[in-house]
Parts: sequence; C-alpha cells; structure tokens
Amino acid sequence: MRAFLETFAALVLGILIGAAIMALWGRDPWTSYAALFQGAWGNTRALMSTVSRSLPLVLTGLTFAVGVRAGLFNIGAQGQMLLGAVVALSTGLLSLPMGLHLLVALVLAGLAGIIWALPVALLKLFRGVSEVISTIMLNWVAHWLTLFLVVRKLSDPMRGERTFQVPTTMRFPVIQGELTWSLVASLGLALFFYWFLWHHAKGFEIRAAGLNPKAAKASGIPVSRAILLALLLGGLSAAWAGAIQVLGRFPYAITSDLANLGNLGFDGIAVALIGRNHPLGVLAGAFFFGTLATGAARMGLRGIPIDMIQIVQGVIVVSMAVPEAFRLIRLRRKREEK
Amino acid sequence: MRILLDVLPVALRAMMPITLAAVGEILAEQAGVVNIGLEGIMTISAFLAGLGSWATGSPWLGLLAGLGCGALIGLLHGFIAVKLRGNQIVSGVGINLLGMGAVGFGAWVLWGAKAPMLDQRFWIPSFSVSGVSLSPFLLLTPALVALTWAILFRTALGLRLRAVGENPMAADVVGVKVEGLRIFAAVYGGALAGLAGAFLSLDWLHTISPTLPAGRGFIALANVVFSKLNPFLALLGGFLFGYFDALAIQLASVAGFGGAVPYQFMRMIPYLATLAVVSLAIGRARFPAALGQPYRRE
Repeated sequence: MRAFLETFAALVLGILIGAAIMALWGRDPWTSYAALFQGAWGNTRALMSTVSRSLPLVLTGLTFAVGVRAGLFNIGAQGQMLLGAVVALSTGLLSLPMGLHLLVALVLAGLAGIIWALPVALLKLFRGVSEVISTIMLNWVAHWLTLFLVVRKLSDPMRGERTFQVPTTMRFPVIQGELTWSLVASLGLALFFYWFLWHHAKGFEIRAAGLNPKAAKASGIPVSRAILLALLLGGLSAAWAGAIQVLGRFPYAITSDLANLGNLGFDGIAVALIGRNHPLGVLAGAFFFGTLATGAARMGLRGIPIDMIQIVQGVIVVSMAVPEAFRLIRLRRKREEK
Repeated sequence: MRILLDVLPVALRAMMPITLAAVGEILAEQAGVVNIGLEGIMTISAFLAGLGSWATGSPWLGLLAGLGCGALIGLLHGFIAVKLRGNQIVSGVGINLLGMGAVGFGAWVLWGAKAPMLDQRFWIPSFSVSGVSLSPFLLLTPALVALTWAILFRTALGLRLRAVGENPMAADVVGVKVEGLRIFAAVYGGALAGLAGAFLSLDWLHTISPTLPAGRGFIALANVVFSKLNPFLALLGGFLFGYFDALAIQLASVAGFGGAVPYQFMRMIPYLATLAVVSLAIGRARFPAALGQPYRRE
C-alpha cells in the first residue's frame, strides 16, 4: 500500500510540475491535460493507439526491471532496441512464407539484442566495468551503427525519409485501428518474465543476487550466472521492443532520423520504476507512458512540444529515487507532535 | 598520419568537459556521493549558459549561469542523497532524463529549434598562440584540477571529506558533520559538471541541443574510474578520452580516408575507445567504502 502511494505521489508531482511549466509559459494546463487524456482515452481509436504505443514500453521496461531485480542498473535498452529494430527490418530482405517470416525476424532481432548485451555482462564479470558506463557506450555505438544501416543500406530509393517497408509476410496482423497482434509478443514476454522470476529456480537466483549478493553467494547461488542471465534476458526484451515497433506499427519501416524509434529504450527506465520493477507493474507503467505519448501527439497539435512529456518523466524518476520520503515526513510530524 | 598531429588542438578542447566533470565527481565520490547525472547536468548547463550569454550579451555571465545551474542540480541531488536518503543512481538517471526533456522543450520554446546555433558574439573569446586558437579553459581546467587535488589531499577539509566517504560513522563520532560535507561535495561536483556544460556550448561546439554532451558525461564517469579518484590522473585521462573524441570529429570531417570508412563508423571511435580503456588499461579502482550509501545516525 505504501509503495502504491509513493508511486502515485511521484506521478502527481510529475504532472504538477508539467502543469507549472505550461502555466509559466502562458498555456492553460487544464485544457492541455484535458486534451492529452481526451487524445489518449477519448474514443476506441484513441485507446487502441494508446495500447499500441504502450507495447514496446512494456518490453524496454522489462529490461530495466529484470536488471534491478539482479542488482543492476541496465540502461542499455536504447541501443538494444535500435539494433532489434534494424535487424527485424533487415529480415525483410529475405523472402519467406507468411508467419514464418515474422517468427524468423523476432528470433534474429532477439539474438541481436542478446549479442549486444553479452559484452556488458562479460566486462562486468571479468573486468569489473560498471554496466552504467558500458551500456551507455554501447548505446552510442548502436545508434551510429543503426543510423549507418538505415541511411546507407536500407533506405527506400523512392522515399528519402524512411527505409523500405517490411513485406506483409512479416507484419503483425491488425486487431483494430493501430493495435496489432504484437500485443501477444509484448504481454507474453511480460508474463514469461513474471513466471520466470517468481516460479522458476533461475529467476529466484536472479532475485536473490539482487537482494543481497553476499548472502546469495554464501548460500551457494551462482551470482555471476544470475547477472549474465538478467542482462541477456534484458537484451532480448529490449530488442523485441524495437522489432515490434517496426513489424507491428505504421510505417512498418524506420524513419531516416530514427524518430519512430525515439527514446523507447530510455523511456523503459521510468516505466519500470513506476511498475516497481515487477513484470506486471511494468504493464501499468507502460500504459501510463503510452497514454502520455499518445496524448502528447494531440498536445503537439496545440503547439506543445513532445519534450514536455520527457520533463514529466524526469521529474517522476527523480521523485521515485526517494522511497523514504513518506517515512521521513511521518517521523517529522511525530516529532513535532511531541 | 599527419592527422594524428592535426587533431591535437581539437583534443585540447575535447579534453576539457571530460576532465572538469570527472574532477568534480571525484571530490563528490571521495565524500561518498555518486552522481551518474553528469550528462544531464551538462545538458541543462550548456543550455542555460548559452541562454545567459544570449540574454546578457556577456559570455562570462553565461559561464557563471552554467556553473550556478550545475551547483543547484548538485544541491538537489545532494539533498535527495543525503537528507532524504534516496537512491543516488535512480536520482542520477532522472536528472539525465530531465536534462534531455528540459533542453528540448526550452530550446523549442525560446528559439523554435531543437538545436539552435550560437552567434559568435556569445562565444567565450579564445586566445591564439602562433596561429593556433586556444581556449582560456587551457589555464582554468588545470588550475581546478590542482585546486581539487589540494583540497582533497592537503587540507583538513579534504581529510574530513574522505573520512565521510570512507567511514561516516567514525567521522560522526569524532564530531565531523557528515551531512553538510556530503552536500557540499555534491554541490562541488555539480558545479564543475555545470562548468563542463557551459564549456560545450560557449567555447567549443557553439550550439545547444538535448543531446549536446553526446555521452561525454558518461565518458567522464569512465574517467573517474580510470583516474582511481586522483584529480591529476583524471587530467591525463581527460586528454586520453578527449583525444579519441577529437579524432572522431576530425576524421568524420575529412570524410575518412577518401570515403572508404563511412562517417557513422568514425563517430563510434570515442565510445569504443572508452570501452577499451576501461576494460583493458586499468586494474580495479578502489572506491571509498561508503560510496553511494546513505548515512543514518543510530
């Protein structure tokens, strides 16, 4: 209950500071936020769009969450997401039958994410390099690699602003509106993470390693293996986020400025923190930021830039750093009462 | 191979942000506060320094604005880390996200562009020695390195700072003010990161953007590890990391060996070099025992 209240307070603080900035700038926060929620939840079409935008956020949220469960601050989702997207897209160069093509794309994208996560694990375990540093460096390498492939190798000769579109044999079928069956990939992986972490021995090892590595090691749990596993699973999940963005959403391609992949990887950090690093909580966190993203598109029409959402996100993450704030306030009140 | 020499003047600039941010972070980490939000501080400070210079017409006031902004964010981080006993890593991650968002928003609102260029009037003036344009930071940065080293290892204040990072309980018992010192250290670290950000926009890159530091805040963190928390080694590390940064810029601008190597691959150099340096060249650094842990009086 306390955890829920803290999270709620962080969300409210984020939204309030967003409102304050809009007010300072001379925009009416009420109508802006009304437009945001109207744009995100107002009708079935909007709601489908919101769920669709939440799906990749679930996956990058899982990446950060499983890292924290193992005691890691894995901020490598951004790079793994980019590579997953570009590998899934490249699979479109093969010609395979309907369905199988999609499956192959997901497998290859997942492998790319795992391969990109491997050096992070090896550097941490064998050279003591902090995953914070190695993941950020690899994010930038992945950024330039993806940009190279998108601009130089995969671009559509007729359309300078994007790559070729993936063939229909590897697209997720549409459910309704913007929502496609990439839903299954995203929710399925979240459920798998939940089952794995709470109902499987190796998942228990990950959580034990995160809670207290010394105690875990003393009781014979292979902490190194747990760290390796958490990072590789995170790589898989983040890569799928990029893959489903390409295979399950218009324009079924990557834009030349990578804008349709955006900051999906970094957004996952806030998603996971709001979800208390629990795979099912991540679903709620992703829906919250999916709402903001969809609604922000609507706010963007009213002349409010999408960066506004990132400010709200930053404030929320900073406030989530203070789990004891409530306890401290209560203590102070008690002291004053005395 | 002349390019390896031609890079030197650029390297002398590229080393500045990586050195300054690292040296500030060294003092903070010696006192037990870790701030991985250096990137975000640099982003916001670069923006506010540019804004300050643009609004007042004085690049020096702009520089001061960047420094002050960094100190304020350092204060916020220190308050969260020390008084509220928050999670320092999460707070740092939040600062980074905040940096990207705030600058994207601010630049768009003020100038209607995400990456506006700064006019030459608003730059920090360079001086020139036999035709090579040099930055005043060439004097300022080593001075700050020496100052930080002297504070840490030659003053009573430094002794207390290090005691607070190593064993806050013991320091507390002998009457050292743990919380105040740690907050001071966080502010100092933030201020130098702010200076690094101001350098980026006012002295070197002359632009403002949500990704202006382009990972240099994290390269500075790698430099902290490389330096084993010694400011003078961080100066050396700053030059090393800065050299690769400059090499990438220089090679990318001459269309890399007649176009044989694509531009995008040149841009990977500093990140790959940083990974290589932190993984190969060094043994493990010894960090203060109480790094990143809040202190609670029993």
